Amino acid sequence: MAPDLSVSLGSLTLPNPLIAASGCFGYGLEYEQVVDLSMLGGVVSKGLFMKERQGHPPPRIVETPAGMINAIGLQGIGVHRFVKEKLPLLNKAGARTFVNVCGTTIDEYVEVCKVLSQADGVAAIELNISCPNIKEGGIQFGCSLTGTYDVVSAVKKATHLPIIPKLTPNVTDVASFARAAEDAGADAVSLVNTFLAMAIDVETRRPKITNVLGGLSGPAIRPIAVRMVWECYQLVKIPIIGMGGITDARDAIEFMLAGATAVQIGTQNFVDPFVWSKVLDGLKDYMTRHNVAKISDLIGTFDPTPPKAVHA
Amino acid sequence: MPPVDIDATVIANARLSRDYSVLSLAAPEVGKRTQPGQFVMVKPAGITDPLLRRPFSVFEVLRNGAGEVTGISILNKRAGRSTKKLYELEPGDVVSCLGPLGVPFTPVAPPVEAWMVAGGVGLAPFATLAESLAGAKTPTTLFYGARTAEELFYLDFFEQLGITLVLTTEDGGHSLKKHCVKGRVTGPLEAALKNAGTSSSGNAAAMVYACGPEPMLEAVARLAARYNQPCQVSVERVMGCGLGGCYSCVVPVRHGDEHANLVRSCISGPVFDGAELVWD
Repeated sequence: MAPDLSVSLGSLTLPNPLIAASGCFGYGLEYEQVVDLSMLGGVVSKGLFMKERQGHPPPRIVETPAGMINAIGLQGIGVHRFVKEKLPLLNKAGARTFVNVCGTTIDEYVEVCKVLSQADGVAAIELNISCPNIKEGGIQFGCSLTGTYDVVSAVKKATHLPIIPKLTPNVTDVASFARAAEDAGADAVSLVNTFLAMAIDVETRRPKITNVLGGLSGPAIRPIAVRMVWECYQLVKIPIIGMGGITDARDAIEFMLAGATAVQIGTQNFVDPFVWSKVLDGLKDYMTRHNVAKISDLIGTFDPTPPKAVHA
Repeated sequence: MPPVDIDATVIANARLSRDYSVLSLAAPEVGKRTQPGQFVMVKPAGITDPLLRRPFSVFEVLRNGAGEVTGISILNKRAGRSTKKLYELEPGDVVSCLGPLGVPFTPVAPPVEAWMVAGGVGLAPFATLAESLAGAKTPTTLFYGARTAEELFYLDFFEQLGITLVLTTEDGGHSLKKHCVKGRVTGPLEAALKNAGTSSSGNAAAMVYACGPEPMLEAVARLAARYNQPCQVSVERVMGCGLGGCYSCVVPVRHGDEHANLVRSCISGPVFDGAELVWD
């Protein structure tokens, strides 16, 4: 029997747990020439405000050991153009579209969600309360427990769509933020967004990116992200979408064992845009080797028994 | 045609100088698809340092004796960690090669002339363009500047295609075979533009193609505009993915009277109309 890769995020069922991460996949359509979007569990759009945004001046990224720092600054076309220009094409491509929603105020989050509620083909809203790269809005909600609670409650009242706050790792105790989101009615949480970081050009003594500070992503952050998913899994009941430096099926499974129901792949799209079919094949191979019929049976099955001592 | 991703074996890595090499890759499916001005995203395969690929113009489309496409080459200049690793590759090593990507040059046909302006490693997109122009019998000049005469490469290649060479070196040194003007490549270019006028068809006499350091691109675009000749510029920006996913490689572009927009040079470029680029 074919392995069952489907997972459920509350009322939303996905054919597999692999979702393209926001900011790492354009609006999805950019990748249509190399990836069958219907093959993915879901696609998360770039972050969208009500209006268009230009983002930060380049250079916007710099590579760091096993990772990269970015400060794109949420360049985007705004929710209205997204609904008009992108969403119909995503629907046509068979994508399950998650829209990453940004705001500078709670009212703006609510308004963007209302626009998306009227649109055809939005699977869920990922609430961006964690972008480290803009001064106003976003992370100011994600770094305050009451801010997180308030913005999630407000958008829950404004839309029938599933709400998935995306949490920042730049707090002392990310699990308490997952709990605040759950208490406010969130349908799931996704984590982690990028780690606030910087890189200096020692020859010029100047920053390597224009915004000075940016968000670190890629394999470098994976062990910290896995730890944070595990912490959240022990505290909340709502599903967790885990991410942070996933490059292959083993990485994806690591997050699921730590408690993630689904996972997002971000930076690896840049390294290898053909990553998706490789990870899907790897998941099936793992399930066969471990005699797992349903991938959802893996969720949270991490066994904290200490490893056997290995002597060299 | 969509780009392909190939684990390409290194056929050769010819060191042209202590900084430059021509890295030849067995990537026939990339070569067959490539149009002049397009690029590939490249990194040594199977490692996380470097993590991201780097963009390179396709330098040559390689063919065997029977004329079949066997791969591509890239012109690599050692500048950072990634290009150093590429410089050190040996035949048999494997490189991840995604492409071809991006908007190619728009060629011109006689009586319009083609003037290619290259600064340093900016020579990279002009070998394939020169072949295409030579095939169309477009009269073509290469204005080519480098720091020293030792960093002027592939002169025989361009001469054999019938291309006129105008060479400059910053130190005024001469190549073994060729006279070089001291200074920047924009000097002789401006002299030529002053006399350009219009072609017999009444259109602009020449299409200027430029690739090189950003200050050179700006200077060339401004000169072309001043002397009313059209100009296509191939830009190089820090690029994450090459496919439009990451929004790293943006450049300010203005169409008509609109305000400038930051557009992705990977999918809207790397070749732009020089008149539409906004210079800081």
